[in-house]
Order: sequence, then C-alpha cells, then structure tokens
Amino acid sequence: MDKFETLTGVAAPLPMINVDTDMIIPKQFLKTIKRTGLGKSLFFEMRYDEAGKEIPDFVLNRPAYRNAKVLVAGENFGCGSSREHAPWSILDFGIRCVIAPGFADIFYNNCFKNGILPIKLPQETCDKLMKAAENGANATFTVDLAAQEITTPDGEKVAFDVDPFRKHCLLNGLDDIGLTLVKKTKIDTYETARKTAQPWV
Amino acid sequence: MTTAPRTLFDKIWESHLVDRQEDGTCLIYIDRHMVHEVTSPQAFEGLAMAGRKVHRPEQTLAVADHNVPTTDRSKGIADPESRTQVETLEANGKAFGIRVFSMDDMRQGVVHIVGPEQGFTLPGMTIVCGDSHTATHGAFGSLAFGIGTSEVEHVLATQTLVQAPAKNMLVRIDGKLPKGATAKDIVLKIIGTLGTAGGTGYVIEYAGEAIRNLSMEGRMTVCNMTIEAGARAGLIAPDETTFAYVKGRPMGPKDADFDKAVAYWKTLHTDPGAHFDATVVIDAATIVPQVTWGTSPEDVVEITGRVPDPKDARDEAKAKAMQRSLEYMGLTAGQPMEDVAIDRVFIGSCTNGRIEDLRAAASIAKGRTVAATVKAMVVPGSGLVKQQAEAEGLDKIFTAAGFEWREPGCSMCLAMNADKLSPGERCASTSNRNFEGRQGRGGRTHLVSPEIAAASAITGRLTDARKFQD
Ligand code: SF4
Repeated sequence: MDKFETLTGVAAPLPMINVDTDMIIPKQFLKTIKRTGLGKSLFFEMRYDEAGKEIPDFVLNRPAYRNAKVLVAGENFGCGSSREHAPWSILDFGIRCVIAPGFADIFYNNCFKNGILPIKLPQETCDKLMKAAENGANATFTVDLAAQEITTPDGEKVAFDVDPFRKHCLLNGLDDIGLTLVKKTKIDTYETARKTAQPWV
Repeated sequence: MTTAPRTLFDKIWESHLVDRQEDGTCLIYIDRHMVHEVTSPQAFEGLAMAGRKVHRPEQTLAVADHNVPTTDRSKGIADPESRTQVETLEANGKAFGIRVFSMDDMRQGVVHIVGPEQGFTLPGMTIVCGDSHTATHGAFGSLAFGIGTSEVEHVLATQTLVQAPAKNMLVRIDGKLPKGATAKDIVLKIIGTLGTAGGTGYVIEYAGEAIRNLSMEGRMTVCNMTIEAGARAGLIAPDETTFAYVKGRPMGPKDADFDKAVAYWKTLHTDPGAHFDATVVIDAATIVPQVTWGTSPEDVVEITGRVPDPKDARDEAKAKAMQRSLEYMGLTAGQPMEDVAIDRVFIGSCTNGRIEDLRAAASIAKGRTVAATVKAMVVPGSGLVKQQAEAEGLDKIFTAAGFEWREPGCSMCLAMNADKLSPGERCASTSNRNFEGRQGRGGRTHLVSPEIAAASAITGRLTDARKFQD
C-alpha cells in the first residue's frame, strides 16, 4: 500500500447523501479479475448515458475535476454491500481522500485497507468545504495527515480526527499484510522450529 | 507438568500459534493453501501491485475447477470470462512460482478432491482455500476452512492468517448405520438436526462408531458439508484408516519421515475429559437414506417420507420460508417424496465425486437403463478418479445405462460452466447446496447420495436405492 502523508489536489464536490456501493461501482463490473482498471467505471450510471457516452455535467466529467484527488460528499457515503470494488474504483480513478459528514461502516474500514483516507467532519464544515470544492480548477485542497489538517484554496485550515492506529498504518503504508510482515521474525522462528519437528510439512 | 485435557481442535490450534495479539486474536501459521481461478485473481494482483512475493510458494497448490468445461476440452473454453479466469490462474502460477494443475493435466479436478489425492492434505495441518467447502480436508484431522480474497492475499504474502479461536462442538454418531445408509445420509441428518446456523461460531469434531467405520471418502463427504450447518470447519481424528490412505501419496511424507509423521498424528485426538462447548449425539440406527425437499440443506426428510407441511413448522418465520420453498420447488405438502418425478441427475462434486461414490452409483446402474424422461450425467471429481473409474470399467457401466460420462470439474454443482438446469427442471444431485438458482436459474435441486441419484435416474422419480440392493 502506498504511504499517505500529504495529498495536494483538486477536490470534486458530490453534494448527494446516501451514495451507495452500487452507485460507486455497479455489479456488472464485479466479474473482473482485476482490482485496477475500475476507475473508468466509477459512478458509472451518473457518469455515462445509455449509449456509454460521458454526461458532460457530471462532476468528474468536467475538465476542472478530471484529475480530482479528493471527493467531498454528503451524509452516509458508501452504504450498501461490502464489495471492495468500491474503494478499488475510487483509488483507481485517483481519489485518495473522501470527506463527508458520515460513512457506512464497512466502506469506511475498506478505505483504510486500501490506502484511502476517509475524513468525517460536522455538517457545517462539510458545507463550507463543499462550497470551496465548487471553485473548479481553483479548488485545490491540501490534506496533511501527520498534522491532521486540511488547507482550503483560500488558506483556511480545518482540523480533523483520525484513529491513531489507522493514522500510523496510513502514514507508513501498512495494510493488514504490512502489519503481519512486521512480525516476520516471529514467523521465521516458527517456521524453523516446525521444520525440525515436522519435516514433512 | 500436567496439562489440562485438550480437544483435537485445541491441539491443532496451539501448534500453529505464531503470535497472540492483545485483542485476543491470533496469528496462526497456514501449512497448506489451495487456490482456484475464481477467488484468487485480485489477490495475486494485490501482491503484484504492492511488489510482494509469495512467502512459501511450495505450500500452495493451484487448480482450475469452477469454470472448466466437462465436455471435449481440446478446443479450450468458449466463454470468454471463464477462459480469462483460467488463463489468469496459469499466468499467476508462472509469475509467482506456484504449481498449477491446468485443465489438460491428469491430476486436475475439484480442488478439494485433488488435495487429499496428492497427499497435499495431511493430518494435523492448517489448510485454507478461497472456498467454503475447504472443510472437506478436516476428514484427515486437519483444521481446514474457507477464506475471502483479501485473506487469500494475506496467506500468499505471509503464510499466516489473523483469526479468533472457535468454540468446540462434538457431534457423535453412536452405533452402526443401518443397511443402505451412507455418509451423505449421516451429514444430511446432522444438518437437519442442527439447522443451517446451528454450527455458527464452532468447529465441529465428528466422532462415534459410525464415523470411525467410514472410509476416508465417506469422512470427506461428512466434513465437506460442515459449512452447510454453519460451522467453519469439521474435524475427524486421524486413525489407521487415515494413515493407510495417506501412505504413498505423491506429495506426502516418505520412509522415515512417514513413520515420524504417524507417531505425531497418533497424538492428534481429543483427550478424555476435554471440554466441549456443545455436544450433539445421534443414534446411527435412526439414520435412514435422506433427501432434501426444499431450498436449504436443512430441509431434509427420509426418502420414504413425505413433503412436510408448513403448518407443522416450529414458528411463523419458518412456516413462511417453507411455503416459499414449496412454491419454488413445485411441491405440495404431504406428497410422498418417492412420487416426485425428476428431469436430471448429477453425480459428482467435492461432496460425492470420489471413486467410492462412483462405484456406489455404478453398482445401482449396472445392467439397468436411465429412464427416457431423464438426462443423467456423471462428472468424476478429478482426472485421477476418472482414470481409476475407467480402469474398473465403471464408465462402461454408466454409458451402457445411458449416463453421460464427463471430464472432471465442479460442473453442475454450481453451474458456472455450461452444465446447468433450465428453469423448472428438477434434479437429483449428489452436490451440497440446494439454494434457489444454485444449479441454474429456476432449477430445483434435491440433495441425495450417489446411490439414490443413480436409482432415481433409472426410475425417473426420487427413489429409495435400497430397492435395487440385495
Ligand atoms: S464442487 Fe461445488 S462445492 Fe465443491 S468446490 Fe466446486 S463448486 Fe464448490
């Protein structure tokens, strides 16, 4: 997993509540053998018309937001199924931070597992950030995880909370596997002892 | 020093502890990892993206089974998505140094049949696979359970898993089975008794005279369906039957190592007085051939019985579920099971696709003819099972009777390849799940033993196989 230290990029506004995992990535994309390549299908039904053509009005299709790295959304983002395809598609698009007043549980956990920082902030703060994000190409946010601070385009600083353990994992790029690999010596010791006692394993 | 009496599960668990974490979860070592084409691609991709390697490639074995065709394979796989999955498995095997039994390998077959056959599965081990029927391998006294794709990746990278310990349940089948009852009937009876959630949170140890008397094939049938009772894993303590089966298998221990292994395996049993969190005892004498009538594996009745009435359900919710099942299955309460006409027969799967199962079915099919209204197929569990069956002439018995004789794979157990039921079609199947749509949209599944499946193929109705036995 890539480390998450400081992220600077355009923030895209998605002022909708209850964005569910089917809206994030519909089920026809779950048969894939890959977790990459899902970015182009992110928000598929809002982003393309029935002929598969881009809907120009949709935020991620607008020139200013095509390279967005941050998403500002409404309450209860990521509700629905546990599919990891949802964070995979967000990450593959290039978004590494989602800001919302609230998230669905499993999705929230899945974000951390995949190197995405979900930030939960009070409704009024989110409203302010949503407004700032509406500034198109000028909506550049800086998210500093170590300092737990978002800097808006006009230099205003917004503090946020994050679980210390998860912060540590993101800062150091440690996913579940990374965490286990920290115990590599223990695994090696176990394996050596086992090889002697049970050579057939 | 005396240690408190321990269960078989406790012994295996403790011998695989790498680390106990503050929150009570444990890092446990995984001895054997099996992968198939459906649940592994994103795990391998995750490794590649993170620049990680497979920690112990020699402890992993890959087999394509879910998507492979069971008809002529010389032209490859027609369906592009299935083909991509199988090709991806082969490519990942190459890239990460893992053995792959491809579609044209004699040893290819359903992953849970291949592992034991090769001696890859051994007593006292921890065994995982991205597949819920991994429980099959518990028949050897190994702790075997299914995992998800992120866990597959975790095992590939670290050869360990983070797990919370399970509770212990003992299921004892006392006494001898009556004539005509099989391992499949034992496990269907257990699921009918426990219910599909009865085993949740437990690892089940199967014991008692009727279990001890089973062959390894029969023990695998019992452990295979443990997941249908909600438990993650089922265990049977290894004994002389187990050692005899394991001896001489290509990937198993040889010579002095084998003797050393057996000495250790003999310690793998529950100590007298060890604590179980729950105990269920069933009198083997009460186990007669079983059949499912509904869309949950707990919906079992005796083959000589009748379709149950929702009016007699234990509660409102169950009555509703029963009503829905009856509608889906196209059955009426009170109808004798043996009156139910069938269209298809499927003999195969990781539950009943081993040589002994084929012998049992062939003994019924021999010299008889499949009913004109029935399309019946036999799908051996692996290439080696197929080879053995052909050496014994079983294929000739089946084809002479009008059964189709296919190439090995999962086939109509889950209908991911071309083998599936059409809407409304009714099937007597030796597989393990009768969920709505499992064998094809709108398909109706009755889970039975190979003997009943063969007998039903011949009469065109669900049939008590004892009629055809002397
Ligand atoms: S035979 Fe059926 S249950 Fe067994 S692994 Fe294949 S699909 Fe799963």
